[in-house]
Amino acid sequence: MNTAATTGYLGSLLQGRPPASSLTWLNQLRANAVDRVGALTVPTTRDEEWRFTDISPLTKLSFQPAQGMPSLAAAAITQWTIPEAAARLVFVDGTYAPQHSFNHTGLTVENLAAGVVPHSAAVQAHLGRHAAFERNAFAALNTAFLHDGALIVVPRGLALAAPVHLLFIATRKHAASYPRCLVVAESGSAVTVVEDFVAIGNEAYFTNAVTEMALGGNAQVHHVRVQRDGAEAFHFANCAVSLAHASRYHSVSVALGARISRHNLGVLLAAEGAECSIDGLALIGGRQLADSHTLIDHAMPQGVSRQLHKCIVDDAARAVFNGNIMVRAGAQRTDSSQSSRNLLLSGKARVDTKPQLEIFADDVKCAHGATVGQLDVDEVFYLRSRGLSDAAARNLLTYAFGAEIIERIPVVSLRNRLEQALLAQTQTAASGAVRQP
Amino acid sequence: MIYQDSKTLLAVRNLRATVNGIEILKGMDLTVKSGEVHAIMGPNGSGKSTFSKVLAGHPAYEVSGGDVVFEGSNLLELAPEARARAGVFLGFQYPIEIPGVANSQFLRLAYNTVQAGRGKDELDPLEFDDFVREKMKLLEMNPDFLDRSVNEGFSGGEKKRNEILQMALLEPKLAILDETDSGLDIDALRIVAGGVNQLAHKDNAIVLVTHYQRLLNYIVPDYVHVMESGRIVKTGGKELALELEARGYDWVGAEVKAKLRVST
Repeated sequence: MNTAATTGYLGSLLQGRPPASSLTWLNQLRANAVDRVGALTVPTTRDEEWRFTDISPLTKLSFQPAQGMPSLAAAAITQWTIPEAAARLVFVDGTYAPQHSFNHTGLTVENLAAGVVPHSAAVQAHLGRHAAFERNAFAALNTAFLHDGALIVVPRGLALAAPVHLLFIATRKHAASYPRCLVVAESGSAVTVVEDFVAIGNEAYFTNAVTEMALGGNAQVHHVRVQRDGAEAFHFANCAVSLAHASRYHSVSVALGARISRHNLGVLLAAEGAECSIDGLALIGGRQLADSHTLIDHAMPQGVSRQLHKCIVDDAARAVFNGNIMVRAGAQRTDSSQSSRNLLLSGKARVDTKPQLEIFADDVKCAHGATVGQLDVDEVFYLRSRGLSDAAARNLLTYAFGAEIIERIPVVSLRNRLEQALLAQTQTAASGAVRQP
Repeated sequence: MIYQDSKTLLAVRNLRATVNGIEILKGMDLTVKSGEVHAIMGPNGSGKSTFSKVLAGHPAYEVSGGDVVFEGSNLLELAPEARARAGVFLGFQYPIEIPGVANSQFLRLAYNTVQAGRGKDELDPLEFDDFVREKMKLLEMNPDFLDRSVNEGFSGGEKKRNEILQMALLEPKLAILDETDSGLDIDALRIVAGGVNQLAHKDNAIVLVTHYQRLLNYIVPDYVHVMESGRIVKTGGKELALELEARGYDWVGAEVKAKLRVST
């Protein structure tokens, strides 16, 4: 039933959907999503979940999936490649680019549109089951366009040491892309997945990504997410992770780019003894807006969660953090800590941070806290007393503030490159801060 | 050590300073010549730490009167970083932790910045690594401290050793060590004091700011000054410290008041 969803801004985005699949269940999933898009509206600041994030600039532009594929020289992507990667899947404006991709793992690491047919049963068990779209317009839109993306299946007991690199390159003005990723880490397996969003040029485009991850018992996933979109980009992402018994999920998300970005990350500790660490950094300036909403859902006993979210905000930029930790009745002996730390480098910079604890069990250990501030006078003085200029001291402290998150990225080449980017950016950012009274 | 014909490094005259509008230093006088070791003692709240921070240029303290001449020029006109490059070093009572910056990176940056400020050669990472490891032996420091974040997770003693390591690298003419003995066990105290003693020579000077006498068993001062209510009220030799240890600070204040009564 695709008829209802042809009006309004969301309806206009539904143009150019992929052709029908040979799989009935997939067509049905897409159709259900199209129905939801028709029933939902673009969120506004009147919606509690979007209170601080005004996305009306998005609705002033129209976006369509890009047709065909621009030819990119191999040299054009080398600036983003990860030498230690065991597999790389590249998507250009949302379309799988096999000429830039490789897979040396011997495992299922392939374009979702191709992999869904041979792996139909496994994919059907997870796709759309973790990232709910009933009340989420962007997840519904992505599901309506479900086609290209990554399918990663790590078999039982297999540990893949080298990372899998998913590189999403935006190149064209007013292009809409809907990458979809599904990672299934079976019992006792281990994998590192890097999702990397980059741009060539500086056009306004719309990326709407959904990632689902299912971890089996004792599985371990390191998930690195780097959003370094172009300065005019709109980036929306929903990521949903489900953790089985004693599995471990470690996530580091870095948001550097985009005019407006929104990242929803939901982690469900669905069985006993699951653990997660969720770390995030937003480093923004100009008139950027970066919003991160996380939900850590302790549904079962003896779960452990650790979260550190940091924002460095310069100029008239705005960061939003909403960190919800849910401890359900029966999730006894949950051990959870959350910290939101924010550094404002300019008088016009703004951060809205909202840690939320909802606890329905009585035998739990939960700690959370939030700080918003400028660089500490005593820290700056300490460095100046060692000969560093005021600007150099501020640069170093700003760098250090961000580096604490970047350091947690388990992929050395990516970590080094991001540290360099952070160094370059904090040198401009903090020297701007010197102008502050 | 007191040398004949040594030159005056630091001359503090009638120094007054306020923090948040409250006057803490109320007419401080002190002269330090090269080669000397001075100890400034006094009860809590007497202004010892304020004095050391004012000398290093902490922006929270406002100088409201008096002057400080360092090697012939007005120290109070200089920014904190310029004082460091000129040869003033403050060993912090509470060294700052900087997660995310490797200690080696910080030490090299400080060293090279100060070297460049003095028109001397900088060291590349490899050269610096050799250089700093040699200095660390002085303080019996494990080289692992180079790879850790600056002071993060260091014990009290490790932080103080790291301060003296910075003193060893930056080679100040005037080192002000603020409560360097606080938080040290007896072994760490011995090591830190041994490091300071090896760094002392006839062309530099050391000002020890301390509440307790025990540090002075290891670093023997030429002069002991007692501070009270923002000024120095008594000066003596090293034996004064022992007397303070035995009798406390109250008698010094009583003596000062008695003198005032006599003179009026």
